[in-house]
Amino acid sequence: MTMLLEVKGVSKSFGGVVANHDISIEVPEGKIIGLIGPNGSGKTTLFNSIVGYHPLDVGSIRFEGKEISNLIVPQIARLGMLRTFQQTRIYGKMTCVQNMQISVSHRNTSIAHMFAKFSPEVMEKADRLLEFVGLFSKRHLMAGDLSFGQQKLLEFAMALMNDPKLLLLDEPTAGINPTLINGLIDRLKRANADFGITLLVIEHNMRVIMNLAEHIYCLAHGEMLAEGEPADIQNDQRVIDAYLGAH
Amino acid sequence: MSSNNKPVLLYGGILLIGIFLPLALPAFQTQISVMWMMVTFALTWDILGGRMGYNSFGNIVFFGVGMYASASMQHELYFDIGQFEVISDQFNLQLTPEKYLFGLGLGMIVGAVICVALAWVLGSGILSLRGHYFAICTLGLGVAVGELAGTIDYIGAGSGMAAPVFPLAMGSAGLFYSYFFFILVVVTFFSLKWLYSTRFGLAINAIRDDEDKAEAMGLHTTRYKTLAWCVSAFFLSFAGAGFGHLNGFIDPLDVAFPGATFGVWMVLMAILGGKGTLWGPVVGALAFHITQEFFWSTLLGWQRVALGLMIVIVVVFFPLGIMGWAREKWPERFGHILEEESS
Ligand SMILES: Nc1ncnc2c1ncn2[C@@H]1O[C@H](COP(=O)(O)OP(=O)(O)O)[C@@H](O)[C@H]1O
Ligand SMILES: [Mg+2]
Repeated sequence: MTMLLEVKGVSKSFGGVVANHDISIEVPEGKIIGLIGPNGSGKTTLFNSIVGYHPLDVGSIRFEGKEISNLIVPQIARLGMLRTFQQTRIYGKMTCVQNMQISVSHRNTSIAHMFAKFSPEVMEKADRLLEFVGLFSKRHLMAGDLSFGQQKLLEFAMALMNDPKLLLLDEPTAGINPTLINGLIDRLKRANADFGITLLVIEHNMRVIMNLAEHIYCLAHGEMLAEGEPADIQNDQRVIDAYLGAH
Repeated sequence: MSSNNKPVLLYGGILLIGIFLPLALPAFQTQISVMWMMVTFALTWDILGGRMGYNSFGNIVFFGVGMYASASMQHELYFDIGQFEVISDQFNLQLTPEKYLFGLGLGMIVGAVICVALAWVLGSGILSLRGHYFAICTLGLGVAVGELAGTIDYIGAGSGMAAPVFPLAMGSAGLFYSYFFFILVVVTFFSLKWLYSTRFGLAINAIRDDEDKAEAMGLHTTRYKTLAWCVSAFFLSFAGAGFGHLNGFIDPLDVAFPGATFGVWMVLMAILGGKGTLWGPVVGALAFHITQEFFWSTLLGWQRVALGLMIVIVVVFFPLGIMGWAREKWPERFGHILEEESS
């Protein structure tokens, strides 16, 4: 099995706070991998390290076998690894369609591309993906006027627009109306199965991640606490304690 | 009459004004030239300030550099370097129309190339600064370049330099430059209208709305930001070339790099008209220039106070500017859709 992403022995501290200590994870191509842990256990920090948001203290990160820990954020994104944000980030003063258009892959942009109009294929793809996340009827509205849950769906659609190989999702269901969560899980699975996008998902909601992931890593206090199949993780006493202790 | 006729009528009306206004008001040809120049100022400022969310107080640099470059080109072509150090009042730089126009044209091209290159170098250096840091840095830049120009002997240092005298055979300089600046404004407007409809336009909007997100999506943010400044610099260099030749005399602080007047007005006019809208800078610059000319003649001594008051009123009551306010009030007219479609 080829490893799309290999994180080895990564540590990151902020002043005295050790947010990640000696973390290693592997994401095989084509899978959905989960990353769980109580609040403040270092999940978002690990995402930030992977996508080049800040330098590592120690450790190595390989994407498709290539060391990327010395690259900057947009370079890593152009390799085909994208992340979404826990607080949700969209372009608020642009319409949904415009948000989609400017999210096309920037892998091969030349100066000529920069000053060209978007092709009909891009327009068509934007509409199709907005349809996929259920925002087609809102496509001409300002993205900033959407509800929080709708903005989350838009951010997900924007990521799909970019054709990533690996998508890192930071709590995709947080703040989404519980009645819509099943629909979102279904879409995440389809993005994986139909579009061939490998997923690494941070999730706080245990029911969601058990439904979604094939393999789960659990962080606590910046350390790797456990890893395994969903069923094993669910019954792991250390994981149960970490979650109970955190609430 | 369908609403499709509206742009045609609007553009046709503006074209008629551009052609006939300087003919109808020959005494005001210089003011008319400056009015179109003001619109160019506001349009080019809005590229960064309105569309990209980067407030630049240093765009005047490109105006002055374009001015000096084009005037220096005339000197390089037709005069001994020693000659123009004799100050302009008694020394006339007379040229034939062919020579004058060739020098002006070549000077504009050289000026544009220098300004774009300068914007690229400066942009690569300071466009990595965000928010207020960028604004303050450009403010310093504007001041520094004016002072620096005053030390360069090649361009006459602090005592300035003269542009060639407008050839008598070509008639009125005021009429020529009214049309020069009108054409400049039209070309600038349509170039920007087109640019904003391309990937470039959406990219700089994305940078304005959330630059971290744009980076996380793989956008070449640095390249887009630098290109945006190059576009501003390009059009401003022509404004500088025209104004230097219209004014005849180029002084580093009052004519080429007047940061406290032109430099600040660029910002005010764009904000007054409505940042980030296509027509805002046009409306803002026209409103500003016409009111200013009015204040100038009727409120002698108090014109700056009146201007200041106007600015305060605009910022407090119309923070979105004239067109921004209109867009909030009648969003449908601006092509914005508020209701979701029934499917
Ligand atoms: N930029 C930062 N500066 C200082 N401390 C940080 C920063 N980012 C995260 N932390 C700290 O690192 C720890 C892990 O945070 P985070 O990765 O956000 O956890 P999680 O996403 O699992 O809830 C927390 O104690 C947090 O306060
Ligand atoms: Mg988090």
